[in-house]
Amino acid sequence: MKVHLNKEIDGLKKNIQILSSMVEGAVRNSVVAVIETDPKLAERVIDNDILIDQKEIEIEEECLKILALHQPVAGDLRYVVACIKVNNELERIGDLGANIAKRVKHLCEHNGTETAVDFKPMMDVTRSMLKSSLDSLICMNGQLAAEIIRKDDIVDDYNRQMFIDLQELIKENPEKTEYYVDLLNVSRHLERIADCTTNICEDIIYMIKGEIIRHGHLN
Amino acid sequence: MVNENGEKIKISVQNLNFFYGNHQALFDNNLDILENRVTAVIGPSGCGKSTHLRAFNRIFELYPEQRAKGKIILDDENILDRSIDILELRRKVGMIFQKPTPFPMSVFDNVAYGLKLHFKLNKSQTAERVEKALRGASLWDEVKDKLKKSGMALSGGQQQRLCIARAIAAEPEVLLMDEPTSAIDPVGTLKVENLIEELKEKFTIVIVTHNMQQAARISEHTAFFYEGHIIEYDLTKKIFTSPSNQKTEDYVTGRFG
Repeated sequence: MKVHLNKEIDGLKKNIQILSSMVEGAVRNSVVAVIETDPKLAERVIDNDILIDQKEIEIEEECLKILALHQPVAGDLRYVVACIKVNNELERIGDLGANIAKRVKHLCEHNGTETAVDFKPMMDVTRSMLKSSLDSLICMNGQLAAEIIRKDDIVDDYNRQMFIDLQELIKENPEKTEYYVDLLNVSRHLERIADCTTNICEDIIYMIKGEIIRHGHLN
Repeated sequence: MVNENGEKIKISVQNLNFFYGNHQALFDNNLDILENRVTAVIGPSGCGKSTHLRAFNRIFELYPEQRAKGKIILDDENILDRSIDILELRRKVGMIFQKPTPFPMSVFDNVAYGLKLHFKLNKSQTAERVEKALRGASLWDEVKDKLKKSGMALSGGQQQRLCIARAIAAEPEVLLMDEPTSAIDPVGTLKVENLIEELKEKFTIVIVTHNMQQAARISEHTAFFYEGHIIEYDLTKKIFTSPSNQKTEDYVTGRFG
């Protein structure tokens, strides 16, 4: 048994779990901040993004150290490589959460505490995709990861519908264009979070099976 | 002989069984070694790696209690056939051992010795072939001014390259290497590995190594042996990124062996 490598990989697993819960929290809070138009909560998400960035760098350095010092192969190699990629996607999701939070301040200025469109269903699917992807990462569950990838189309459909609805609203109330564009941005960020989540699931499948399924279709 | 991808098979091992007296060391092994490729053989000690290699030039026959059954087809001939010319087989299939084995003679004579066994050459032809072999083994520049000095006086890495020069002087088609760098330092190892990369253009190379990183670095195909069986044989890239067999995975990741 490679005791040293196993210790390093256990440490990496713990750190990825910590980053996952930080990112999940950021997305959850940004979504709540939009629904409840809560600028204070949004502020907290924005302020905490730097902690996510720091953790991402720490994990990347850890992965590079493992590659350089232990030269892992097979399952260990796939785990470390997948962690590098998942780490990157998680940081990106953290950024998107902060971007959503940044819209909240504008939304409050424009429309008080009401939002013109119902984001909740889209947010629920996106959040559940993110949560399940992190569960599948921790439990190394490839089947769950594959199921999540299929849900990406649902979020894409919501985003398309949101675009159509907001286009109509802009036509009806051109004076509120800026506000609707903010809402459109929230929808776009959610759609990107679902995309990043899909990428994470593809990395998990590579980690478990050694199959690269990017740019293709799931069998 | 070609495989399903149209690549030329240099050696085709078919149902090879090997015995040390009553002890069976290899069990119905099948393996296609491709021409002008480096094939690495890995596995824990006693798994049959070296036994397999030693069957390829019938060097095991030096020990009467050892015997091989099955077929080893080199090009179109079964080299386990009794009618095979052993001297010619060993010219075609050269071997490099774990420890450098320079003869107690000069650098020049070490290489010329192999030539004399197989070819009738005059002095100048011999000198020409010795230089060619030493250049081929990336050793010429280091020894050209000390050709008359003893081969035993060279460094470990140089001695191993001298042995490679001696082997390639006989113009073989296959080079068998049994842990060729395990007894030499990292600088010598790097030089031998670089040399293997050059040699594969002319020769088919089969290398037994305990150093898995070395197998990963220098070979295109890898066979994993365990308890006399070939557990998995595939592209090296596949073996070291996503092996198909759990035993291979456990071995290459250091979980056993």
